[in-house]
Amino acid sequence: MKRIYLDNAATTYTNADALQAMIPFFTNEHGNAASLHSYGRIAEKAVSEARAKIAAAINAKPQEIYFTSGATESNNWILNGIVRNCPHKRVLVSAIEHQSIMETCAQLEKDGYIVEYIKVGSDGLLSMNDLVARLSKPASLVSVMTANNEVGTIQYINSIASLCEQRGVPFHTDAAQALGSIMMNVKEMKIDALSLSSHKVYGPKGVGALYVRDGFKVDKFMHGGHQERNRRAGTLNVPGIVGFGAAVEITMRDSGVNNGRIKTLREYMISQVQEKIPNVYLNGHKTQRLVNNVNLSFAGAEGEAILIMLDMVGIAASTGSACNSNVLEPSHVLSAMGVEDGLNQSSIRFSLGRNTTREDIDYVVVELVKIIKRLRSISAVKAK
Amino acid sequence: MYNENIMKIFKEAKNAGMLKGASGVGVAGNAKCGDVMKIYILVEGNVIKDAKFKTFGCVAAIASTDVACDLIKGKTIEQALKVTNKDVLNILQDVPAQKVHCSVLAQEAIAEAIKDFKKRQEREAKKNAK
Ligand code: FES
Repeated sequence: MKRIYLDNAATTYTNADALQAMIPFFTNEHGNAASLHSYGRIAEKAVSEARAKIAAAINAKPQEIYFTSGATESNNWILNGIVRNCPHKRVLVSAIEHQSIMETCAQLEKDGYIVEYIKVGSDGLLSMNDLVARLSKPASLVSVMTANNEVGTIQYINSIASLCEQRGVPFHTDAAQALGSIMMNVKEMKIDALSLSSHKVYGPKGVGALYVRDGFKVDKFMHGGHQERNRRAGTLNVPGIVGFGAAVEITMRDSGVNNGRIKTLREYMISQVQEKIPNVYLNGHKTQRLVNNVNLSFAGAEGEAILIMLDMVGIAASTGSACNSNVLEPSHVLSAMGVEDGLNQSSIRFSLGRNTTREDIDYVVVELVKIIKRLRSISAVKAK
Repeated sequence: MYNENIMKIFKEAKNAGMLKGASGVGVAGNAKCGDVMKIYILVEGNVIKDAKFKTFGCVAAIASTDVACDLIKGKTIEQALKVTNKDVLNILQDVPAQKVHCSVLAQEAIAEAIKDFKKRQEREAKKNAK
């Protein structure tokens, strides 16, 4: 059966060149980057090259990049590393953050810290008024994701970061989805800390990074050895880091071509679906969105049922986010945007990738038409 | 997440659709997951001759209502009231824990449909008595 993968926001395949670059570090060059012998030095050299590539992609200095096991760890680290020892005991995050921020915040709340959720509009853009109002009182940290994983809305990070800087509040952003899709410049954007993930940019899973601005003090989160200039313990995942570096380099090199092509396909898909299926709603911002994100609500048809029927014809998509697949509650992102429960339950996220073709989209649209028709015909609620 | 058996029932959903001239309709819904089910029954004498459903919901919800319809067809009202979500689960086989409530909803929809049928009967009886 034909298989079409439109779940690139969940994870991407690993780029072939990135994979090639990794292989020697599993075999002949398997040294521990902290070792003093030649094996260690070769591994360490490969790690620093990767570090430089990742730093260059966001205009950071190499020594400002700390490798982690992924954006989830980076997000856990920054929140715990800033908030727990700050006298203000108060953190501001957007209402549409990824679970790794939301769940960490829930834990902070249990431990007596104050967490406030900054409102977003119906397009997913952060309410600047709400942010300004909340910044009138001291806070330990503000964290707002650069681009949302479910609906793809891209925030005005420049303005948000400037506001924080004016009030003297550190600013962190989760850029896991954004890297490669939009230009990130931590110096110009006045970002104090930023989370990255490898497997969203065609690198391997299990590796990511936290950028921490020079001079910005973040407590340790992972305790153990003295790796990463004594700020993040744990043997470095050398092959992963090498693959991550290579993937980022390729992503940045080809971003112009890829993004243009993918964005055209995104617009094509949205217009095709809206033309062929009635009562479909696009979630998220119309233009200020990730090039590969198509999030649609099909009134009267339930998300999980759509997802499974798509899978039966070889199409991989997702409801909300992959991390949400096992929970019953509707998406907190769509709820925060004011999407009513029915349409929230009817949402599907398609995330296009580098190997998505126009034929793929045509096939998906044909199947979607059939699936939505069928599910609506057996639905207990009216499509409107 | 779902076994092949559930997938097959979901895919075929042979009892899906409206039942014209139904003698009773039952609606059940869950606020948390947002799913809504409707079961239609056609009763002749005291026997459920036909049953159909319409469901807005997950795979387990659709499969549960489909099975529920099968389970009550041919049964008397009294027998149908004894059908529980356990019977539905038995046919679906290993349902993920977070999806057990879908079968409970199906049981509720059956009960509601029978309630509706009885209400209509009473109304009918009153009308005839006048
Ligand atoms: S998830 Fe609630 S009925 Fe299936």
